[in-house]
Amino acid sequence: MALISKKDAALIKDPLLDNNPITIQVLGICSALAITAELKASIVMSVSVLFVLGLGNVVISLMRNIIPSKIRIIVQLIVVATLVIIVDLVLKAFAYELSKTLSVFVGLIITNCIIMGRFEAFALGNGPWRSFLDGIGNAVGYGVILIAVGFFRELLGSGTLLGFKVLGDPIEKTGLYAFGYENNGFMLLSPMALIVVGIIIWIQRTKNKSLIEEN
Amino acid sequence: MSKRTDSNGYTMVFAVVMVLIVGSLLAFMASSLKPNIKENQRIEKQQNILYAMGVNENDESSANFVSTSIAGEEFKKYIKKQLVIEGDQITESEDAYLIDIKKQQANAKNGKIRKLPLFVGEKDGKTFYVAPIYGKGLWDAIWGYVSMDENMVVQGAYFDHKGETPGLGANIKQRYFMDDFNGEHLLTEAGDFKGITVAKGNNDPKNDDKNDYEVDAIAGATITGDGVSAMIKSDLSLYVPYFKTLNP
Repeated sequence: MALISKKDAALIKDPLLDNNPITIQVLGICSALAITAELKASIVMSVSVLFVLGLGNVVISLMRNIIPSKIRIIVQLIVVATLVIIVDLVLKAFAYELSKTLSVFVGLIITNCIIMGRFEAFALGNGPWRSFLDGIGNAVGYGVILIAVGFFRELLGSGTLLGFKVLGDPIEKTGLYAFGYENNGFMLLSPMALIVVGIIIWIQRTKNKSLIEEN
Repeated sequence: MSKRTDSNGYTMVFAVVMVLIVGSLLAFMASSLKPNIKENQRIEKQQNILYAMGVNENDESSANFVSTSIAGEEFKKYIKKQLVIEGDQITESEDAYLIDIKKQQANAKNGKIRKLPLFVGEKDGKTFYVAPIYGKGLWDAIWGYVSMDENMVVQGAYFDHKGETPGLGANIKQRYFMDDFNGEHLLTEAGDFKGITVAKGNNDPKNDDKNDYEVDAIAGATITGDGVSAMIKSDLSLYVPYFKTLNP
């Protein structure tokens, strides 16, 4: 028997493409707009969400039979906030440099609608192992889009990738810049993130017509 | 979901128990980790001050502090005097670097005298005067340390922020922005305080002109940049009387 059954594997695979949290469910757009001006920030955010969503889904799933339905949203919010704050405190005490890089993301992780969405839609009704897989799958699906958007925004907006000047130096006019190429400063602003996400959605639905909603 | 978890009584009890558990867990974590966090912050301040006066491990493009294990020794070695300026009174204090600038700004607002810390460092026979600055960016606090010579010409700057936008305002702590400040003048030739403005479109992207009181702004980070200009103006201008005593 395989480590992961076919049904479980779908939990990881579906959110990557046909049920992607950003491009299909259009969740988590706020953080996708806010932090994708740089590839590095996109990667840090993706890894943080992967950790919080994987763990949070397991915690909520373990508690699913004792959570009163009337206050379940508040309970979910408390669980995710507690997790994030504990991680933040531990990092501050033992990995200070790393915590400084992450501090900006703490608030964004807590309010990420994908996390609340998965708690509500999946972890409340499924066992811990399946919830864990679902969390990982959705976080990776989110991360893939985030990294793609970050890649194009940093490349076209600053001419760099992870801080390395891949297109040459815009001030010294070397590389591409020697031929009159200019960085597109508009790529650094949030509206362009929305447009890039829009283009990704467009490409995805052109490839897979079954995703197009009927009006 | 079972009936049991739907009753009002259960909901109440659950809420109370949950708050108690989470509250005490967080309080326990926060207080047990507090000494470590405080220590990290203390070392970071020393590293920041040393960074501004050029004691750092920078490579070509990234900003690196001296390592945390030697920050304390290096701080003792390079920082000769820690001054606290209160009006006309100048005192020396071993712990001047721990003064909370935010609290002092609030004191000044309430009509009390503001304590101004100033760190006098020496490196390769040159004297540096490092002053802390504190202000607000787009989302939250921004702060920094600026080292100057006795004529208030900037010798080095370090900026940091609590929650500026990654990739935009957060780049004030990148070398390409901080290094632009080196060599910029804060005083006019007549000796009046002018400050340094983070300016857009100043036609000087390489920052060759060191006498224009301007550095090149970061695209997409206008408000953070304005915050940097504002904190330089408001906080460093307070040190002008002290620097006047150095060059009578």
